[in-house]
Amino acid sequence: MSETEAPINVYRRHFLTSIGALTASVALGGALVQRVASARAPEEAVTGKVRWGMLVNAGKCVEGCDDCVKACDEENGLKSSGRSEIDAQWIRKVTLKDKTTNRTTVLPMLCQHCTTAPCVDVCPTGASFRRIDGIVLVDKHLCIGCRYCMMACPYKARSFIHEAHSDQKSWAPRGKGTVESCTLCVHRVDRGETTTACQDACTKAGHNAILFGDMNDPNSEIAKHLATEPSTQVRGNLNLNLGVRYQGI
Amino acid sequence: MNITYREIEGTSPGYYALLAVLGLFILLGLGAAMYMEHEGHHVTGMSNQIVWGMPHVFAVFLIVAASGALNVASVSSVFSKTPYKPLAPLSALLAMSLLLGGLIILVLDLGRPDRLIVAMLNYNFKSIFAWNIFLYTGFLAVTAVYLWLMMERRMNPYSKRAGLVAFVWRLILTTGTGSIFGFLVAREMYDSALLAPMFIIMSLAFGTAIYLLVLLSAYHGTGRALGDATLRRLKNLLGVFVAAVLLMVLTFHLTKLYVTQHHGVEQFILLDGGVYTVLFWGGQIVLGTLLPLALLFHPATGASRSGITAASVLVVLGGLAQMYVLIIGGQAYPMELFPGFEVQSSFADSGIAAYTPTLYEIALGLGGTALALTLVTVAIKVLRFLPLSLADADVDPHHAAAKDAA
Repeated sequence: MSETEAPINVYRRHFLTSIGALTASVALGGALVQRVASARAPEEAVTGKVRWGMLVNAGKCVEGCDDCVKACDEENGLKSSGRSEIDAQWIRKVTLKDKTTNRTTVLPMLCQHCTTAPCVDVCPTGASFRRIDGIVLVDKHLCIGCRYCMMACPYKARSFIHEAHSDQKSWAPRGKGTVESCTLCVHRVDRGETTTACQDACTKAGHNAILFGDMNDPNSEIAKHLATEPSTQVRGNLNLNLGVRYQGI
Repeated sequence: MNITYREIEGTSPGYYALLAVLGLFILLGLGAAMYMEHEGHHVTGMSNQIVWGMPHVFAVFLIVAASGALNVASVSSVFSKTPYKPLAPLSALLAMSLLLGGLIILVLDLGRPDRLIVAMLNYNFKSIFAWNIFLYTGFLAVTAVYLWLMMERRMNPYSKRAGLVAFVWRLILTTGTGSIFGFLVAREMYDSALLAPMFIIMSLAFGTAIYLLVLLSAYHGTGRALGDATLRRLKNLLGVFVAAVLLMVLTFHLTKLYVTQHHGVEQFILLDGGVYTVLFWGGQIVLGTLLPLALLFHPATGASRSGITAASVLVVLGGLAQMYVLIIGGQAYPMELFPGFEVQSSFADSGIAAYTPTLYEIALGLGGTALALTLVTVAIKVLRFLPLSLADADVDPHHAAAKDAA
């Protein structure tokens, strides 16, 4: 009996092992397929389930450091013309001094990616638009260079391209005579990346003042911070529901 | 009353000299526009802080004045004042010409004027700018029809109704122009519904002043009769409009002054804004309002043609000063992103933004103005816009009767 049982046991052991391995592979593969399927393909439309946003902790932002500005310039091919009043600044460092207490705060200012963006409202051709995932952009084919959006933006976040530029980045076309502003590194977002150039620079400098992410995903780092810590919107009285939130001001 | 309209002869050296001077300004304006377009806006005084500059001062002034220039025709058609009837065709012509002059400046100042077709094919109807494209083109169409009904004798009975449509349209148009600024919540100087009615009243003053200047020049140049009673009516109208603008300006600033949030911008405009304060008090209020009012209502200067001419020129200059203070001054004053804080940045978040208009911008503005005047100068030579005589007895039979009785 025992002699006849042995081969059967071996067979059963092999069989069970194979089944186990197969189940594990299917499960793992399925999980992988699931992950690939939920990541947005380049040709797939963006979804409103996502709201890309940014949390800036002014308490961690360091005076004299402008790594985020340099990184943005580098990432998007912004170069100085030597005349600061016509240079594009998608992100800028702002120093605030409380008139009563003299307390000083520094923070980066950029397009706030409003839900009801005044630039989108006033644009006559619809060149200023808000993607359903919360990113406010300029359609470079539709912009006629009227600059009404610059008049309307409550955050002075937009720049006009005053002269021709060479060596542009393919993802950030900068045609003379049109308006531009922070894109929340939309080219990275569309490649499936999860950080912006300014955030990377701030992290690299060890300050960690900038956090980019999906405000709608309760498991995202940014949503967790926003849900548990106080934060504020600049010019919140305008009720524009901003995509960029601040702490420490 | 039988008014005869005739083309002007337009063969005098003076006529050709006028056309030559206007043509020169148009060429200079076109050259400036081409240079700005080729080089980019870095050759202008405009920047990321002052995004609308001198061209917009001229353009908005001309567009506002255009709707006001139609007022003389409206008084005739809508309010049935017979003595204004002979003045109506020139009024409609001037309205269309001024609007075209203003629009061409706006278009040539665009970052991409070559994309005008994009603006014609893509509309965002939440934008007051998009609305204005229809209001402006519609105004040209409505006024053209109105003009035709007035000038084609068989169609005269319909001109009153067209005049009413044009009158309502011009009120909406100026409301739209004022709302370009009124809808801007971002900036302290704007964001006020008062700007819409203020622009309507400003249009009446600017348009009537330009109308008076064109009328006086045309009748002086052609040697045709222009009665004192006609002039007196128009100058009184101008005086009332200028006073009404003063009232609106007073209300505008008083309502701003009542709100603590706006004290900064008011202090900037009224007290320590440098060139803007000088232009407000010296240009807009003294030269553009008080002096013309004195000239128009003083018995001596009010009855003299040079007095009325001087007052009209001053109203135009004061209007340009008012536009400069509103458009450039409103942008020069920094936006308050962080109330209660002193702000410093590399992007001029603090302090007053500097702006010096370049010759190119001024040339473009003057070019558009010259285009408007050229259109009028040529039109009155080819079509019958001007009555042969505007002598008091010809214009108003009652006037003659009253004089006879006396």
